[in-house]
Amino acid sequence: MTQRPNFNDDQLLRLSVRMRQDVLRYIVAAGAGHTGGSLSCLDILNVLYNRVLRVSPQTFSDPGRDRYVQSKGHSVEALYVVLAHAGFFPIQQLETLCHYQSPFVGHPTRKTPGIEMNTGGLGHGLSICNGMAIAGKRTGADYRVFTLMGDGELAEGSNWEAAMSAAHYGLDNLTAIIDHNSLQITGPTRDVCSNEPLDEKFAAFGWAVVTVDGHDYAQLTDALSNPAEPGKPTCVIANTTKGRGVSFMENVISWHHGVPSQQQYDDAIAELQAAERLLEESAP
Amino acid sequence: MSAPAPSVYSPEAVAHAERLGLTMGRANLEVFAETLEELAKDDPSIFAVTSDSRGSGKLKPFGDRLPNQIVEVGIAEQNLVGIAAGMAAAGQRSFAVSPACFLTARSLEQIKNDICYSDVPATVVGISAGVSYGALGSTHHSLHDYAALRAIHNLTIIAPADNHEAAAAVRFAAGHDNPVYLRFGKAKLYNLPHGDQPFQPGRATLLRQGDDVALVGIGEAVIHCLLAAQTLAATGVEARVLSMHTLRPLDRQAVEDAARDCRAVVTAEEHSVHGGLGGAVAEVMVELGGAPPLKIIGVPDEDTVTGSQADIFRHYGISAEGISSAAQSLLARQEALR
Repeated sequence: MTQRPNFNDDQLLRLSVRMRQDVLRYIVAAGAGHTGGSLSCLDILNVLYNRVLRVSPQTFSDPGRDRYVQSKGHSVEALYVVLAHAGFFPIQQLETLCHYQSPFVGHPTRKTPGIEMNTGGLGHGLSICNGMAIAGKRTGADYRVFTLMGDGELAEGSNWEAAMSAAHYGLDNLTAIIDHNSLQITGPTRDVCSNEPLDEKFAAFGWAVVTVDGHDYAQLTDALSNPAEPGKPTCVIANTTKGRGVSFMENVISWHHGVPSQQQYDDAIAELQAAERLLEESAP
Repeated sequence: MSAPAPSVYSPEAVAHAERLGLTMGRANLEVFAETLEELAKDDPSIFAVTSDSRGSGKLKPFGDRLPNQIVEVGIAEQNLVGIAAGMAAAGQRSFAVSPACFLTARSLEQIKNDICYSDVPATVVGISAGVSYGALGSTHHSLHDYAALRAIHNLTIIAPADNHEAAAAVRFAAGHDNPVYLRFGKAKLYNLPHGDQPFQPGRATLLRQGDDVALVGIGEAVIHCLLAAQTLAATGVEARVLSMHTLRPLDRQAVEDAARDCRAVVTAEEHSVHGGLGGAVAEVMVELGGAPPLKIIGVPDEDTVTGSQADIFRHYGISAEGISSAAQSLLARQEALR
C-alpha cells in the first residue's frame, strides 16, 4: 500500500476548499451537475479517501481493499474531484465531464478509475454493500465497506430491506453514512416524506448509530475510522449543509442541480478563495 | 388431497411422447440445484443467494451441505439482487434465486443497474417460471420476463428445454464473466434427442431436420414443437425443430437459415406473445426481407385463463395440436398464394 499524505485537520480543510472550487469548475464545464449535494458530502469523501479507506490507485484491484459505493450517485462531481486529488486520474480529464463520449458520466460508473459500482438509481448502494460485506465475512477478508446515502433517498424501501439484512448478518465491516442535509429536489425532506427520527430508526433496525457534524474533520475521522460496535453495522448520520461553502448556495433548494452562471461562478470562486486565504493565514 | 405434480403435458402429450420412446427426466429446477451444488463443492466462490426460496429452489440440500455458501435474505427481492451484485463485485460467483415472477419485476432495476450495467459475474435465476404456478394466478406467473430482460444490455438469457440443457446452462453461467439470466420451470421434462450436439450458448440446438416448416421453441415449449413435428410428418410435412435455449444473444443465423429454407415459421414459448422469442424471431425475419409467414404461439394479451400449467399450455395451443395446426394453416396460406 502506497503511503498517502498525512494531512492534519487544517490541511484537509484547506484541501476541501480547493476541492469545492474544482467541483464548481467542472459542473460549469459540464453545464450540468448536482451542485448542492456535492458540496454537502465533500468533506465526508475527503476524510474517507484521505484518512480512512485502505485503497489507492495502486491497490484498487487488490481483493483486500476497502470499498466505497456512492449510493447517492447524483453527487458524483464531488467523488470525481476527490478521486482525482487522490491520484486516480489527472483532474484535467474532468473538463470532459458529461461531454459526448466522455468516460465521466453524470452518475458513477466503473469506466472511471476508482469507482466500484455503477450507481444513480437511488436505494441501491446499501444492498450492494451488504453483498460486499457478506462476501468479506464469508471469505475471511478484513476489508471494510462504506456507502454514502442521501437522506431523501431513504424513502426507497429497498434501503430498509438492506438495513434489516445488514443487522441480521452482524455486518460490522459495513458503514452507511447518511449525508443528512435535510433537503431534496422538491423541498425539505421533512415536508416531502419525513424520515425522522433517523437515529432511532437505524437503532431499532439493529445498527450502531453515531451522529456527527458532517463538516467537522475530527468528528468524521472518529466516526469513520473504526466500526462503532462489534457485531453491528455502523450508521453515521452526518449533519450537513446543502451547498456548503458558498453562502448563496447554502440551504437553497434550487441549487440541488443548479448550474452557476459565469457571474455566480466568479462570485462563488471569489468567496472560496477568500476562505482559502484566511485558512492559510491562520495556519499554525 | 395433495395438488397434482406440476406438468406441461396433457395426457395426449404423454401418450405421444411415449410412442416416440422419449424418456421422462426430472424438473430442471432440481437439475439446477444439484449442478450448482456439484460446482460449489469444488469452488468456494460460488454462492446461492435466496429470498426465502431455498425450498422452492430445491436448494435445501445445498444449504445443509454448504452452509457457508448460501445467503438467505428473506422475502426481499430487491435486496436479494443487490446483495448478489455486491458479492459478485467483490470477486464471488453469485446466483440470485427467486421465483421469476417476483425476481424479474420487483428487482428489475437491480438486475439492470447493479448486475448488467455494472457488469458483474452474477447469475439471476428465475425459478417456477412462466405459468409453473398454474392456478395460483397472474401474480405468480412470469409472462413478461423475456420481454423485460431482452431489452437490457449485457445479459445472456437462457431457458433450457430439458435436463441436459439445464445442467450445461448452469455450468456455463458459473464460468461466465458477465451477467446471465437462467429460467427454470417446476415440471418434470422429457429428455430431448440432442444426439452428439454439445450445448452452446447463443447457438440453437437442431432437434429435427426438415425444410417445409420451422418450429422454434424455448424452454418447456420445445418438446411440444417436437411432438408437433411428428404429427406433421404423418401428413407429409417435414418440420425442422430448433431449441432456441438462448434468447439473448439470439442465434440469428439459425433464424435466417430457417426463414430461407422453410415455407413457414412457428415459434412457441411459455411467455406473452409480445416481446419474447416470437418477437425476437420476427425482428430477424423482417430485417431479412422476403421471409415466409410467422405464427407466434404463447400467452395472448388477455387475462390468463385459470388452470394448471398443463391446462394453460393446452388452452393457448402450446401443444402438439396447437403448433401443428398453426403450421398447417400457414402452409395452406402459402399454397393459396401460389
